Parts: sequence; structure tokens; C-alpha cells
Amino acid sequence: MNLTNLTKIALKALSNNKMRCFLTMLGIIIGVASVITMLAIGQGSKRSIRAQIAEMGSNMIMIHPGNMERGGVRQDASSMQTLKLNDYQDIAESTEYVAACSPSVNSSGQFIYGANNYPSTIYGVTEDYLEIRKISIEEGNMFSPQDVLTSAKVCLVGKTVIDNLFPNGENPIGKVIRFNKIPLKIMGTLTPKGYNSMGMDQDDMVLAPYTTVQKRVLAITYLQGIYCSALTEVLTPQAIDEISEILRKNHKIKEGEDDDFEIRSQEEMSSMMSSTTDMMTILLACIAGISLLVGGIGIMNIMYVSVTERTREIGLRMSIGARGIDILAQFLIEAVIISVTGGIIGVLLGVGSSIAVNLLFNWPVYIQAYSVILSFFVCTITGIFFGWYPARKAANLDPIEAIRYE
Amino acid sequence: MTTKEIIRLENIRRNFIVGNETVHALRGVSFTINAGEFVTIMGTSGSGKSTLLNILGCLDTPTSGEYYLDGIPVKSMGKNERSILRNRKIGFVFQSYNLLPKTTALENVELPLMYNSAISARERHELASRALDAVGLSDRKSHKSNQMSGGQQQRVAIARALVNDPVIILADEATGNLDTRTSFEILVLFQELHARGRTIIFVTHNPELSAYSSRNIVLRDGKIISDTLNEKQASALDVLNKLPIETD
Repeated sequence: MNLTNLTKIALKALSNNKMRCFLTMLGIIIGVASVITMLAIGQGSKRSIRAQIAEMGSNMIMIHPGNMERGGVRQDASSMQTLKLNDYQDIAESTEYVAACSPSVNSSGQFIYGANNYPSTIYGVTEDYLEIRKISIEEGNMFSPQDVLTSAKVCLVGKTVIDNLFPNGENPIGKVIRFNKIPLKIMGTLTPKGYNSMGMDQDDMVLAPYTTVQKRVLAITYLQGIYCSALTEVLTPQAIDEISEILRKNHKIKEGEDDDFEIRSQEEMSSMMSSTTDMMTILLACIAGISLLVGGIGIMNIMYVSVTERTREIGLRMSIGARGIDILAQFLIEAVIISVTGGIIGVLLGVGSSIAVNLLFNWPVYIQAYSVILSFFVCTITGIFFGWYPARKAANLDPIEAIRYE
Repeated sequence: MTTKEIIRLENIRRNFIVGNETVHALRGVSFTINAGEFVTIMGTSGSGKSTLLNILGCLDTPTSGEYYLDGIPVKSMGKNERSILRNRKIGFVFQSYNLLPKTTALENVELPLMYNSAISARERHELASRALDAVGLSDRKSHKSNQMSGGQQQRVAIARALVNDPVIILADEATGNLDTRTSFEILVLFQELHARGRTIIFVTHNPELSAYSSRNIVLRDGKIISDTLNEKQASALDVLNKLPIETD
């Protein structure tokens, strides 16, 4: 058998039916292109979420009061007053794996400067908060531990708030803004972080000493939350165990009873997010895979029709000396040429449309080499698999009957 | 003329099982054909001539008896071996030409050589070109099959049968689809090939054609009922020249 000749024969046969050949290819083209695009979108969003979580501080641990039952009625977690200052102090002092720790109390309301006002949230924290949340100061200074002790009326302001309160581009440092009639002196501005993966504006915030917010704004003694960071991302579980132990002891929770607090780490969130995006990627890949399968069935269908239509040709080829295997090879080569050509066009189209999606909709896309190789490989296999039956049918024809087939 | 034996049939029988019945298509056919003969095989439909043609063309094997093609016993051969044998030793000409559509004359003629990997692309081209010259189609080589008349298409088919230099040309009702004038043109071509030493078997149901061959075998009900040499072979060319030329 001469493969070069058979390839020539197959190419010739395909070129006799260009339109049909192209339409058959279309199934594969669309299949491969959608597999690549879908995987690129899935991977892209996964990676962007990962990056944003890392930006938020991947070793961050958040402690919130848990919801509990009171007289058989489940209470809203945010109304719990179980986290106290001494919880924070114990965590800050007697843990090995916690690098930084800050209490958190917050309040939303209107900020006023001159004739401008803007609704935002004030977060009462300590200076450790910057390190935990990976926030940096663009201009000015962080408030000092002394400010925290004295409940000083100072604050740090995010870019969104500045833009709204100082629309004329004044330098905000040293200016006094008001929140709930409390004057707060701006000590510094925060470096803009933009929107996070949830679409939340991370620059829409004001930071102040937690004592200021606790006493002057909210007039409470409990904490709404505690933010910590573990020494490294890997040590997060150990840090969580330590914190959990301290809180259970402080809250006098007996063995076997449920926690009255909730500890969440970014790891949890990141694995939750990636499992969500993974599922979405799988879903998208399944849809795309089905279209590839449909494309393959399209090839089989056309090849079947083609074999029937070309029965006489097959009979002739056999009577002038083509063996069964030559006929089989010819039809298989035709199927593979269709699927591989379709695959190449599909890869190009898929890469192109991924880039288009990125440019037009600003969706993050990431094309992985393996998705290109995989879909290309799959469509070659598709060609061989779906071409096999029609090709066998052709090869098994009886030349005597085939040549007289009407 | 050489007396080399090309075909030798020894008591060929071919039975087909149709349902519960056994149909005896050939009931013991024996003959030999030497190189350089132009044999017509005749018979009405059902006489077994198609079955005989299939066996002669190595498309089918006999139920019993032995068939030697160019000294090679065919009966015990497998499918693939027979394919190769057909490719090297036999040239087929069919009633309905069976050219590949949308394909040039040259490519059609090259086809049998495509299945012979011993022949290079250049040789293939050369041989096909020469075969087309031999059937008088030197000026139609790059015409596609659908751009040619029936007579021209049949000439291409004959060129295709010649291109592998076969020991025998098997023609199956080769003039059946053609009008009288074109039929005689094709017959003239066969006679020319015969004159150049080709061995030809021409299967037909048309008794008139026996006048133009050198030997005539008549089949009926799977048996040979007559096998006569034709001493006075008529010239198809003479008849062609006497035919009125259609002017409309």
C-alpha cells in the first residue's frame, strides 16, 4: 500500500465535493473552537479569582460571631455580641502562628466635607489591619498605637471616598471630614485596589482606630469581628486551631458543644471559588464536548452517504486492483483530513474568539496549551472513530455488485 | 503469432445458493485462450456469461474446477492476492465506462497505477499519456470525464485498461451504451489493439459482433454450446466507412 498515493486519491475525492466537505468540517470547527473558547473563559476567570484572593491576602483569617439559638430561636450572626476585646488580646498575645491581628468594628453612614457628602463605611481597626488586608498607604501616615489608646479622631481614606468628597482635586491630608457629626482628621490616603472578584469596590472605605468607632460612633463594647493573618498561607490551619482553642476557652464552651463563633480563611474561600469555577469549566467543556461529538456524528453521516453514493466508484477501484485495505485507508484518510483540517481551523477560530471575548467583553481568558492539544487530539480520534464504520462498509463491498450498482 | 497460453479453464463450476435452492450458473466450462486471440463470449441473459466474466476477471472464484491466468492458479488465492493480480494482469472495460467524475482523462487512466507502489509518479504520468495516445485521445488528456462524449469516455476507459500492460483485456458489453457509429469506432479500436497483439475477451449478448472477432464462444445454461474460430474476420473499419454520415 502506498500512503502517498492513497492520500492523493483521498484529497482528489474531497476536492470533488468541496462544499459538502466544508459543511462536514463545520461541525468539527465549531466543536473545537467552542471547546477552546469555553476552557479559556473558564480558566481565565479561575485565574483572575485566584489572583484577587492572593491580593486580598491569602493567609488572612476572619473571625466572626457565629449564630446561635436563644430559646429555640436562631439569631442573626451579626447581632451576636460574643466577641470581646479580651478575645482579641488573647489572640494577639498568646498565639504562635498568628502574625498580625486586628479587631474590627464598622459602621455605615454619610461622610461630609464642605458641601459634599458620600455614603461609605468606616472600619475600626488597629495598624495591623493594613498588613492583614494587604492595604498600603499612598500618602500620609498610619495612625499610631497612641491614637488607638486615646480613641483619636483620625482616619485614613480610600480613593472612592476622596474622589467624592474632594471633587476639585484638593489635597485631603490634614482636612477634617465628618461622620455622624464626629469630626475626623484625614491622616493619609490608601493606595487604590480597584474592584474585587465579587464586584465590590475595595477603595470605598475609611479606616479609623477601633476604639474611636467603638466608643464614639457605635457606643458598644463588643467586637464585630477579628481579622488575623497566619505566618504563612501553609500555616493557616494551625493558626485557626490555636484561635479556635483560645475562643472556646474564653467563651467557656464545653467539649462537644458547637462553637459560638465562625472562623473563615481565604483558603476556604479560594477553594470554594475554584471549585465553583472548576464546575463551571467542566460544564462549559461538556457542552463544547457534545458539540464536538455532534460534529463527529456529522462526519460519520456524510461518510455513510458518500460511501453509498460512490459505490460504483468503489467497485471500479476494486476491479482495477484496489484491495479492501486500500479502500478502507482511502475513506479513513478522507475522514481524518476533514477532522484534522477542521481541527486546525477550529483551533485558530477558538484562539481568535477567546481573544475577541477578552477584548470585547473584558472577560479574563487564558488559553492553556493542553486544551489546544486535547481538542486537536480528540478531533483526530473523532475522525478515525467515526470514519471507521463507513470506511469498513466501503471496504467490505463486493466489487461485482458495487460495479453494477445503480 | 505466439501461442502462449493466457487463460485456461478446467471444468469450472459456479453454484449460488439462493434461499434453499442452489443455482448452477456454470456447469463445467473448459477452454483455453492463447495470447493474441480476440474472443467474443456470447449468451442470452441467464446463460452464465456474467458469472464467467467475473471468474475470468478474478472478481469471483469458481465453486470447483481450476482457472489459470497467465499460468497462475487463481482458485486458491485470497481476496487481496486477487486484487493485486487484477491490478497487474487484467484490464477491464465496462458497459457504462465507470470513469471517475470531475476527473481528467489522464488522471482516470493513471488510476490503476496508483494502486501499484512500484511505479513512480513520473512513470505513471508517462504510461497514462502513452495509453491515451494509443486510443487516439492525445488532444483530450486534460478534459474532464463529464466534458467528453460517450465514445470518448469509452476510449478513456480502454486506455485505463491498457495502462498496466495487462495480459488480457476484459470487455463487458463495451459497446452497449453507444450508438451504431460510435460502437463501430470502438470496435475498430479493439481490432487495432488485437492487430497489435493484445489478447481481448469481449462479452456481449449481441450476436452480430461475433463477425469481428477471431473466435466466438457461445454459452447457454452454464455450458458452452459452441466454440468456433472465425477465419474470415470482418473489418469494423469497412463497415464504419460505409455508414451514412449523419449531418444534422
